[in-house]
Amino acid sequence: MSKKSRSRGGGGAGAAAGDDHEDLARPPPLQAVLLADSFTLKFRPITLERPKVLLPLVHMPMIEYTLTWLESAGVDEAFVFCCAHSHQVKEYLEKSGWAEKAGAGSMAVTAVESHDAISAGDALRVIYERGVIHGDFILISGDTISNMSLKDALQEHMDRKKKDPLAVMTMIIKHSKPSILTHQTRLGNDEIVMAIDPETKELLYYEDRADNSHLYVTIDKDILTNNPSLQLHNDMEDCYIDICSPEVLSLFTDNFDYQHLRRHFVKGLLVDDIMGYKIYTHELRSGYAARIDNFRSYDTVSKDVIQRWTYPMVPDVISSGDCSESRLHRQGIYKASDVTLSHSAQIGANSVVGSGTRIGDHCKVLNSVIGEGCKIGKNVLINGSYIWDNVIIEDGCKVSNSLVCGGVHLKAGAIVEPGCVLSFNVEVGKNVGVPAHSKVSLLPQPSNEDSDEELEYADTNSGVTESPPFSSMRSNGDQATVPSEDESGTFEIGTCGVVGYIWTSGDTGILEEWRQSIAPIPKEKLEELQHAVSEDDGSEDESNNPTQPDKDDSSDIAVEDDDPFSKFEKEVEETFQRALGGGVNRDNLILEINGLRLAYSLQHADCAGAVFYSVMKSALVAAQSTNDTLLKTTAEALGKWKDLLRNYTKTVDEEMEILLKFEEMCQETTKEFSPLFSKILPFLYDTEVVSEDAIMRWAEEKEHADESDKVFVKQSEAFIQWLKEAEEEDDEEEE
Amino acid sequence: MLVPLPLPPRKTLTPPRLLLAADPHPKSEPPPHLLGSPLRAPPCRTCSRSSATSSSSLSAVVRKVEGSHAVARQTAELLRSVVSQHRMGSSANQAAALADAVRAVGEQLIAANPIELAVGNIVRRVLHIIKEEDISATAVGIEGLSVTVDSDDEYDSEHDDRPSLSAAVLAAHARNALRAPSLQTLLEDIPVSPAISRTASSTGDSDGKSKSGDKSSTRKLKHDVIAAIGDLIDEIDSCYEPISEQAVELIHQNEVILTLGRSRTVKEFLYAAKEKKRSFRVFVAEGAPRYQGHVLAKELVEKGVQTTVITDSAVFAMISRVNMVIVGAHAVMANGGVIAPVGMNMVALAAQRHAVPFVVVAGSHKLCPLYPHNPEVLLNELKSPSDLLDFGDFSDCMHFSTQDGSPLLNVVNPTFDYVPPKLVSLFITDTGGHSPSYMYRLIAEYYSADDLVVRRKSTA
Repeated sequence: MSKKSRSRGGGGAGAAAGDDHEDLARPPPLQAVLLADSFTLKFRPITLERPKVLLPLVHMPMIEYTLTWLESAGVDEAFVFCCAHSHQVKEYLEKSGWAEKAGAGSMAVTAVESHDAISAGDALRVIYERGVIHGDFILISGDTISNMSLKDALQEHMDRKKKDPLAVMTMIIKHSKPSILTHQTRLGNDEIVMAIDPETKELLYYEDRADNSHLYVTIDKDILTNNPSLQLHNDMEDCYIDICSPEVLSLFTDNFDYQHLRRHFVKGLLVDDIMGYKIYTHELRSGYAARIDNFRSYDTVSKDVIQRWTYPMVPDVISSGDCSESRLHRQGIYKASDVTLSHSAQIGANSVVGSGTRIGDHCKVLNSVIGEGCKIGKNVLINGSYIWDNVIIEDGCKVSNSLVCGGVHLKAGAIVEPGCVLSFNVEVGKNVGVPAHSKVSLLPQPSNEDSDEELEYADTNSGVTESPPFSSMRSNGDQATVPSEDESGTFEIGTCGVVGYIWTSGDTGILEEWRQSIAPIPKEKLEELQHAVSEDDGSEDESNNPTQPDKDDSSDIAVEDDDPFSKFEKEVEETFQRALGGGVNRDNLILEINGLRLAYSLQHADCAGAVFYSVMKSALVAAQSTNDTLLKTTAEALGKWKDLLRNYTKTVDEEMEILLKFEEMCQETTKEFSPLFSKILPFLYDTEVVSEDAIMRWAEEKEHADESDKVFVKQSEAFIQWLKEAEEEDDEEEE
Repeated sequence: MLVPLPLPPRKTLTPPRLLLAADPHPKSEPPPHLLGSPLRAPPCRTCSRSSATSSSSLSAVVRKVEGSHAVARQTAELLRSVVSQHRMGSSANQAAALADAVRAVGEQLIAANPIELAVGNIVRRVLHIIKEEDISATAVGIEGLSVTVDSDDEYDSEHDDRPSLSAAVLAAHARNALRAPSLQTLLEDIPVSPAISRTASSTGDSDGKSKSGDKSSTRKLKHDVIAAIGDLIDEIDSCYEPISEQAVELIHQNEVILTLGRSRTVKEFLYAAKEKKRSFRVFVAEGAPRYQGHVLAKELVEKGVQTTVITDSAVFAMISRVNMVIVGAHAVMANGGVIAPVGMNMVALAAQRHAVPFVVVAGSHKLCPLYPHNPEVLLNELKSPSDLLDFGDFSDCMHFSTQDGSPLLNVVNPTFDYVPPKLVSLFITDTGGHSPSYMYRLIAEYYSADDLVVRRKSTA
C-alpha cells in the first residue's frame, strides 16, 4: 500500500518537482553516507548517554532531519555509519521505520557499524572495505539540517566529472556573514577563509582555523601565480554536505593518516596536490543547510527551524498527522493541541511547547523550546532555553539560555544560569543556583580527558549501560556556588545540592566557553570585542589582496579611536604576539615598539606599561586556568622577557608605571592575577624589572589613596616590609 | 489492463446516470484548478512517519503534492483504492463499514495537511457517495432495474443472466445496472493503479461465479462506490470546461480584466474567452512573493491576449480602469468566504472601493463545507522566509549570539489570505454563477450534513 501510493504520488501531475531528481539518480542509484557520529566531544556530557544524532532539535532527532532531507533529495540508498552508541542509533532506525523501507520511491537505509573508528577518516575506510559504494555519493553527517535541492549541485558535479575525472568532490557552501565582533559564523564556528576560482568554482585554499588575532592569511604564492583570478571569501559557511566520487574513499584508504574531513582531507588535497585531484564548490542559492557542531549552533539552528527557514521541516508540518499535532500561532508560537496552559502563563514569541506539557500560573516562556510531557510549576521563568522531554520544573525556578535534557528535575526555586547544560536525569535541589556555563551529568567526567579533538565522544558503550554511582557528588574547580557537595554518599538531595557530577570545562577552557554555548555572548565580552572591530574592518576589506605578515599593517590604520593609548596598547600586544610566534627577533621588537610609540606620540612610560601588559597577557593565555600554572607561566614569561622590560624601565617613573599597570590589570582586565599579586611582585623585583625604590614609592603613594585602592598594597605588605628592612640593613652596613 | 473492455465514449455514459431518481444532485462535470499554492516551489518534503506505516506514507503523498486540484485528484484516487481494497464483511451494514474505512483513512489524510481543504472535501464527497449508493440501493430497488438503459456492458449481461433469488439481489442488480457506465470509468483507470485492477478483476471473477447473492450484493455496493469515485475523479479532471464555458457571458468586448497571481482556472477561463474571439485586456498583479503572475502573463501572451503586468502594490492605482476582477481560489468556505493566495484581500478591497465586480472562479472540489474560524491563522500556512529574503544577505541580522538571544529579525510569509464573503460579487463554479450567500446551499448538495466533522464518528 505504501509503495503504491508513493509511486502514484510521483506520477501525479502536481508532484513533478519531487521527482526531478529521479532521472538523475536512475543510473546508477544515488547513494549517501551518513556519519552518525561527530567524532568530537563538543556535546559532552550529553553524548555520554545518547548519541548526538539522536538529540532532539525542536522535538525531532537530528538524524531524522538528515534522513528526511536525503530521501527528499532523491537518494536511493543511505548508509548510516554508527560508532558510538551504535545500538541506540540502530534501534532508532528500526523503530522509526527507516530501516525496513525498501522499494521504489523510498530510500533504503542500512546501518554500518564499527566500534574502533575514532574519526571520520576511519569511518570512510570502513565503508570502503565494505565495498558498498559504487558510484558518486553524498557524504553528510547526521547532524546536518537542510532543505536544499540537490539537483543542481548533483548535475554540476556529474557534468564536471565527465569533463575532468580528477574533480572528486563538490562541497556545498552557503553565503553567511561572520560576525565582525567575534569572528564566528552564526553557528559558532570560526570563520572560514576560502579561495575559490571565480570561473570554475574550484576550491584553492581552505582554512577553518584562521587565527583571528592575526589579521592576515598566508596563501601559497603558487596559487596566486597559477590562477589568473581568485576570490577570497570569509563570508562563506561550510555546510558539510559533500558530493564525492568513489575516489574519495580510496584516497582515505591510501592516506591512512587522514582523520578529519576538512583539516586533513581537504587541506591535504589542496596542499599536497595528490594526483592532481581537485575539489570544487557549489554555492547554495536558495534553501537552507547547516550543521550542528556545538551548542551555539544548536541554538541557532533551532531558531532557524522555528523561524521556518528549514521549511517544510518545521514543527507544525512535521507533527501533522500525529494525534497531537502542534499548530503555529501568531508570532511564531508552536503549541501542541493537548498542552495544558494556565491562563496567566505567558508564552512569548518564537517558542515551541510539546504535547502533554503542563505550564502553571504566571509562568513566562520566552524564545524557548519545551519538550513533551514536561511539568512546569508556577512563576517559572524560562528564557532562551531548550527543555527536552519529561522535565519537571517546580515553582519559582528560573532557567535562562540553557539546555535541559530529558528527565531533569529542578526543585522549587532552582536557578539555572546562562550557558548551562544539564544532562539526563540530573536533579537540582531547592533554591540552588547552577552557575553559568556549568555542565552537569550523572556520569563522572572521564579523568583521562584527552584534548585530542578527534577522539570519539564516548569511550565505550559500557559507560552508558551501567548506572553510575551518583550518590557522591563532586565539584571541581571554581564551582563554589553550588552548596553542599555531599561527599559522604547519601541519596538525600531533597534539601539542597545537585545530583550529578559537575564537569569542569574541558579542552576549550573557561576563556572560550562563551563562544560556543547556548547563551548569548555577555555584554562585557562584546564591549571588549568592540575595541578590536575597527582594526579588523580595515584588513577584512582588503582580504582580496592577501598580505604577507608584515610589520606595517598597523601603521595605516585610521586613528579614529578617541583613546589612542588603548589603541597603542593593542598594537603593542599584537606586535608582541608576533614576536612570541617567532616572527620577529627581540631587537626588532624593541624597534617596532619604539616606532609605534612615536607614531602615537606617547611617553616611554606608556611603552613600559603596554609591554608589561602584553607579557602578562601571554602568560595568562599560556596558563589556561589554574592559579598554580599561572604563577609558573608568569614567572617563565617574565624571565624570558625581562631584558625587553628592562629596556623600558630606565627610570623610577617607568617602573612605577609598570606597577600601576599591574595593579590596574588585577583590578580590571585580567582579574586572574589578583590573588597572585603579592607572589608576582617579588618576582618583578628579582628580575630587576622594578627596583625597590619604585615599590616603596608606589606603596607610599597608595597610602593616601582610597581604601579600595589599597587592596594590593595590603596584599603585598609583607614583601614591602621585607624590602624596608633590607634597606635599613643596607643603610646600616654603609654606615 | 487486465480486463480489456470496449470502452464506450465517456459522453454517452453520463446521461444514464442523470436518470437516476435517487441521485438528488446531478453531478455535472467538476472543476479544478490548482491555484492556491505555489507550483514551482519545492514540494513539501515531509515525513510524518510516526504513526501507522501505511497512513504515514499516505500523508506523505498529500504533503508532497501541491495545488488543490492535484491534491483533490490524488485523494480521490487514494480513497478509491481504499474502497477497492476494503474487505466487505458479512455484516448487515456494509455501507457503514465502508464509510468507516474511508473515514479512518480520510482522517489521517486531513491531519496530514489540515491546510489543504481539498483533501477534506474529497473525503466528505466520498462518504456522501457511499451514503447515496446505499440509499439508492434500497430505494430504487427493482424499479431501478427498469430504468436500465444500456446493456452494452459485459458485466451487465452477466448479471442479467444470473438467477435472482431475492429482492436484495435484485436491488443489487438494479444498482449495478444503473451504475454500469460508472464501472466503465473505473476500468478506464485500471492501468493507473494496480491495486484497483487487482480488486476489479477479482470482483469480476467472483461476479462471474456469483457464489452467493449476499456476497454479490456487497460486491455491487463496492463496485458502485468505486464507479462513483471514478466519476468524481473525472469531474475533477475536467472541471475547467464547464467553468470556462461561461467565460463569454462574463467577459465582454474591450473589457479590462484584473487578476492576481496564477490560477489555472482563471487561465482556462481567459483562454476560453479569447478563443471565442473576444478582445479584452488583462492586468496581471504579479503575486509576490512567488510571482506566479509572471508565469500567467507569459501564458496569456502566448495566446495573444493583451497583458499588462503590475506589482501587487499597484492594484489600487490601476483598479479604476478595470471592468472586472477575476481570480482563482484555494478554497471556498461555507459562508462564501474565500481562502486565496496572499494579497487577494487587498485586491478585493480595492475592487469594492471602486465598485468593480470581484469574481471568483473555483471548481466544486474547492467548496468546503466548513465555516472559517480565525482563518488568517488556522487556515494559513507560513512558508520559508527564503522566498522573501536571501539568507546570506541577512545572515548578519541573525547572529543570535550577539543579539541577546532573541531574534530581532522575523519574517512572516503566509500563503493565504481570507476574503470575506461581502467582498465577493460572484462565484463561477462548474454549476454556474452563484452569489456568496448561496454557497451553503450548493454545499448541501455535495455533502451530507453528518459528514462535516470527519473525525467525530470514528472516535465515537
